[in-house]
Amino acid sequence: MSALDLSARVARHRRSVSRRSTRLALALLAVLLAGLALTLMLGQSLTPPLDVLRVLAGHDVPGASFTVGRLRLPRAIISILAGLSFGLGGAACQTLLRSPLASPDIIGISAGSSAAAVFAIVVLAWTGPAVSVLAVVCGLGTACLIYLLAWRGGVAGTRLILVGIGISAMLQSVIAYMLLQAPEWSLQEALRWLTGSVNGARLPDAVPLLLSLGVFGTILLAQGANLQAMQLGDDKAAALGVRLARTRLLTIVAVVGLIAVATAVVGPIAFVAFLSGPIAARIAAPGQPVLIPAALIGAALVLLGDYAGQFLLPGRYPVGVVTGALGAPYLIYLIVRMNRAGGTI
Amino acid sequence: MITPVSSPAAFPSRRPGSVRLLWLLVALAALLLVCGLSVTIGTRDVAWSDILAGLGGETATIGQSVVAVRVPRTVLAVLAGAALGLSGAVMQGITRSPLADPGILGVNAGAALAVVIGMAWFGLASLGGYLWTAILGAAGAACLVYAIGSVGRGGATPLKLALGGAATSIAMSSFTVAIILPRNDIAGSVQSWQIGGVGGASYDAIAAMLPFLVVGFAVSLLSARNLNMLALGDEAAAGLGVPVALSRLAAAAGAVLLCGAITAICGPIGFVGLVVPHLCRLLVGVDHRWQLPFSALTGAVLLVLADVVGRIVARPGELDVGIVTAFVGAPVFIWIVRRRRIREL
Repeated sequence: MSALDLSARVARHRRSVSRRSTRLALALLAVLLAGLALTLMLGQSLTPPLDVLRVLAGHDVPGASFTVGRLRLPRAIISILAGLSFGLGGAACQTLLRSPLASPDIIGISAGSSAAAVFAIVVLAWTGPAVSVLAVVCGLGTACLIYLLAWRGGVAGTRLILVGIGISAMLQSVIAYMLLQAPEWSLQEALRWLTGSVNGARLPDAVPLLLSLGVFGTILLAQGANLQAMQLGDDKAAALGVRLARTRLLTIVAVVGLIAVATAVVGPIAFVAFLSGPIAARIAAPGQPVLIPAALIGAALVLLGDYAGQFLLPGRYPVGVVTGALGAPYLIYLIVRMNRAGGTI
Repeated sequence: MITPVSSPAAFPSRRPGSVRLLWLLVALAALLLVCGLSVTIGTRDVAWSDILAGLGGETATIGQSVVAVRVPRTVLAVLAGAALGLSGAVMQGITRSPLADPGILGVNAGAALAVVIGMAWFGLASLGGYLWTAILGAAGAACLVYAIGSVGRGGATPLKLALGGAATSIAMSSFTVAIILPRNDIAGSVQSWQIGGVGGASYDAIAAMLPFLVVGFAVSLLSARNLNMLALGDEAAAGLGVPVALSRLAAAAGAVLLCGAITAICGPIGFVGLVVPHLCRLLVGVDHRWQLPFSALTGAVLLVLADVVGRIVARPGELDVGIVTAFVGAPVFIWIVRRRRIREL
């Protein structure tokens, strides 16, 4: 076979992978839009599709303007944006550290933001954007601390994960303590910071989420090819021309930014970052990039999880409880699959 | 792959008997000292005459009643510390992981979930009921995490066990929250399942827990010889005539009994089981026949001391002992992670 032949075949293969990726992304987008339509139309009462569209177009529809415009729309938008952030950040983190268990919520990155937010609300009695800013700053600070503590002439993924788990355990007990000290013990507000919730979502909260998706999301997508090459192992990736240290640092900064901003708005919604990447890898063809599908799946998880928590289950639950409960069967599934495949986690 | 708990270079495998005896005496003296501190130091300053009278059983003045409360609290702290220290040492022996601890491995979260399920759906209200359910939950979580941690290549590595434990904890906490949320009648008691403390000690609780502790201590201490063999690796232990699976199961049952019973009475107290065995290996070497009883003794000292510190630093209030141990334990955890080579994790 001539070299020309080979390069033509490689090009053809690449085109087919990229076509399939586009198809997958479009399909997920369709699922997400269907979910959005469902959550906008159907709540305690049914709003006809035409009324929803008129509210979205800015008309004043008696009744629907309040339920759709004030209640359902902000909630859906915040859910989608936060889900995109969690899904993208989680998948990038798992890809970088090469373990489906190493997602930002497990290795302590969200815990820093949560602890700061609880401190600001309970101890300093702050409200509004100041809380978010502090949560982001402390999330970044926690990540830096984890990175520095894991540093010993270079950072190994294993050490980073374990240091993260240690820091996270400490911060969890701090969060629990501060919540118990709160003068007016409010379970709802507390749960937001323990498991995450989109209750009381407001449209202005979308601004920081959009900004962080714009900046950090772009960085991550730009690093996507490098991250994929690093799946082959550090040595091979370096041979392929990936600048390992730079890719690693950029990815970590972007992951932390995405997760910290989203946590500051909706709390650490359990397991969205943890579940999105593996689900995406499962439905994508091998070798296909998972970052965009993972982001879309994260958005769908939060949106539909919140809907299920509000209307489908007996009683009303914050979204973090629903997604957290989803994580347990996934863990068991992971065991079964690994046992059958004899692979490694 | 075999990962010995300690490399020979770091710890001498045997200490001369005189050194061990010396440390034993030091530990006993330290225990007496911290117990004395625990009875005399607290939020309220009590005169020496009242302390002596209170120890004699008098409750006529406020000072004497305060002492009457501090005595069971100290007893509970001693028992809890001993049980958690021993349980951590046994878990580190079974898993050959330097990072094993009832908190890190999610066993405490399992006990808490089981008790909450019992309270919500089975009308659980008696001390004995709490104890049995907590132990069942602890055992279930221990099996689950060990299964998650040991699938795939390389068996149960410290990294996989720690990740599996962290993920399981998050899932179990979500279930706990989901159960409590619609139930205002039991929401008040959720607080004690967030952070462990010994503040509410009573002789009734101690008496209810005592039979479980006695069995747990006996089973754990009797497995010391088998743990020594298991430290050589499964094949070597089997070659020496140790029933590997059975002795591992028996030792695990003892450890789970201990930490489940303590979690039922005190709530989840993390990191005692992690820190103490490492200290003991430094002092008396790696022989489990010395290390296990010594871990119990040192655990008691650590927990009583943590309780006293919690009363001093947060005057006029007090810090729950679970917070203090987290702040002592997390840095030790990170120190252990940093000290090891990647390959060993």
